[in-house]
Amino acid sequence: MHLLRLALASLANRRFTALLTVFAIALSVCLLLAVERVRTEARASFASTLSGTDLIVGARSGPVNLLLYSVFRIGNATNNIRWESFRHFADHPRVKWAIPLSLGDSHRGYRVLGTTPAYFEHYRYGRQQPLALSEGRAFATDPFEVVLGAEVAEALHYQPGDELVLAHGVARLSLTRHEDKPFRVVGILGRTGTPVDRTLHINLAGMEALHVDWRGGVPARGGARIDAEQARRMALQPKVITAFLLGLDSKIATFAVQREINDYLGEPLLAILPGVALQELWSLMGTAEQALFVVSLCVVLTGLIGMLTAILASLNERRREMAILRSLGARPWHIAGLLVLEAFALTLAGVLLGLALLYLSILLAQGPLQAAYGLYLPFAAPSAYEWLLLGAILLAALPLGGVPAWRAYRQSLADGLSIRL
Amino acid sequence: MSTPLIELSDLGFAWPGQPELLDIPEFHLRRGETLFLKGPSGSGKTTLLGLLGGVQKPGRGHIRLLGTELGALSAAARDHFRVDHTGYIFQQFNLLPFLSVRANVELPCRFSRLRAERARQRHGSVERAAARLLEHLGLDAALLERRAAELSIGQQQRVAAARALIGQPELVIADEPTSALDADARQAFLDLLFAECREASASLLFVSHDQSLAGLFGRSLSLLELNRAARPREI
Repeated sequence: MHLLRLALASLANRRFTALLTVFAIALSVCLLLAVERVRTEARASFASTLSGTDLIVGARSGPVNLLLYSVFRIGNATNNIRWESFRHFADHPRVKWAIPLSLGDSHRGYRVLGTTPAYFEHYRYGRQQPLALSEGRAFATDPFEVVLGAEVAEALHYQPGDELVLAHGVARLSLTRHEDKPFRVVGILGRTGTPVDRTLHINLAGMEALHVDWRGGVPARGGARIDAEQARRMALQPKVITAFLLGLDSKIATFAVQREINDYLGEPLLAILPGVALQELWSLMGTAEQALFVVSLCVVLTGLIGMLTAILASLNERRREMAILRSLGARPWHIAGLLVLEAFALTLAGVLLGLALLYLSILLAQGPLQAAYGLYLPFAAPSAYEWLLLGAILLAALPLGGVPAWRAYRQSLADGLSIRL
Repeated sequence: MSTPLIELSDLGFAWPGQPELLDIPEFHLRRGETLFLKGPSGSGKTTLLGLLGGVQKPGRGHIRLLGTELGALSAAARDHFRVDHTGYIFQQFNLLPFLSVRANVELPCRFSRLRAERARQRHGSVERAAARLLEHLGLDAALLERRAAELSIGQQQRVAAARALIGQPELVIADEPTSALDADARQAFLDLLFAECREASASLLFVSHDQSLAGLFGRSLSLLELNRAARPREI
């Protein structure tokens, strides 16, 4: 206790260096914890991009590929699936709901998704949260109505009532535009922090109407063209879709239905469990995530080494202090203990200040982060794992403090009572 | 007369790889005695004080402090023994500038249970002992909580003396403690120091090169005469 007070008084005497050291450690601790928190939350929010869906079904390819185009709107399906196959499984006795997904068109770089009103009813993300409209309404029976994801509306400044033209294909610069069939914005979805924000949702009938007069991958010319008014009067029943989501009446049925779909004789289909595929996809990105963690660990190490440097540098000017203490009866281990305590006190102060910085930044960044990236950083007490990290940092301070302690120990043995100025 | 406080016999000491620096056939200091030891630089003064403090071990011969053979003790035990029985006043006073005056004076009692115990027995508490000593040495009580670095040279000197005397060590070693003071202040300080040593019944070993002070002490010796290794070689 007395040694601790001595160490603190000595530190207070060098408060400028000490404060800088504490601040360096605090910043590194804050960074480590922030990375850790963002990492945990990103993983959680990634895993909850899609929830409540028991099976994703598409043409036979790879699970990650299917997940990428059906949920993340990345890449393209290799094949479409027939409407009859969708109907077959939508009417399956164990299936509670089914959402067809039809992809392939875009609007200024944002993907267009053709679906049914079931999408707004059954799609769930995060912790079983349903989609909510922030403005307007969902599309109804008119095929040329579009519901925008939050980011689309914000980035392109669309309001309900605006008209927009979709482009064929998903290239950012599309040569073929569906100029003749403009869509009207009827609703804008609230932010979800998922790919839904970057999607334009239209009725499957609308998707069909866009391509009703296409033959062999190109639009019809002249008299064969069908304009929007004519299309409205037609029976717009899609023949193919890209994928569909299934909700089952019980989780237990999942594997049986999955096997049934994979063994379907009508056409080659693939059914995947979203959770499993999401984990698989995340593990692909795990390397980057771990690299980030390692980098922040290195930053902490740098902070601690900075402290070591500061203490070592102070040793020479403190030879006098040590010799005085020795002449007053301090044993060499007192001197060593003093330095270890000093390192520990600096680190402890750094850790505490780092925690304070972390909570301050969470408080400041929580809103903007949620709005921009859909990343929710909870203002919660440190998790067990975070305590473990902090404990490890404190523990690391002890051997680090041991280095100057050992030098001071040797020094004080050699100097004895002679005080060099 | 009981055993002398310090007893050196046939003492020899050399730093590794160097010729013998100290060669003292015989030296003693009685209890309660005040001794002036004239020690110009190069006479082995610092080394002798290191040996008396138990920081170094003699190469040969004996050092007995209060009848205890210092060379026979372990390094840790010598450290203990030093702080229990010896108070130091240094040339530069060597206060810890970042501690308060009071904390500086109390420091030896933090490291020596014996001295803390004695301070408590005599004054009731270590804090009281420090305040009493400083008062006796003429230091204003208002300065007690000041940082040592804020004091004048004369005031620092008194704090250093109080620190050496707290807990009544049997021996006070003063190493050129007056060289920073003018003649009047020197005399006044020495009077105070003598009085306090007498009250604490401590012996005073006063090392200085300033011969003019020698008359104030009970006995005066020159380290050059004492230490055979420091005498000029006869040609």
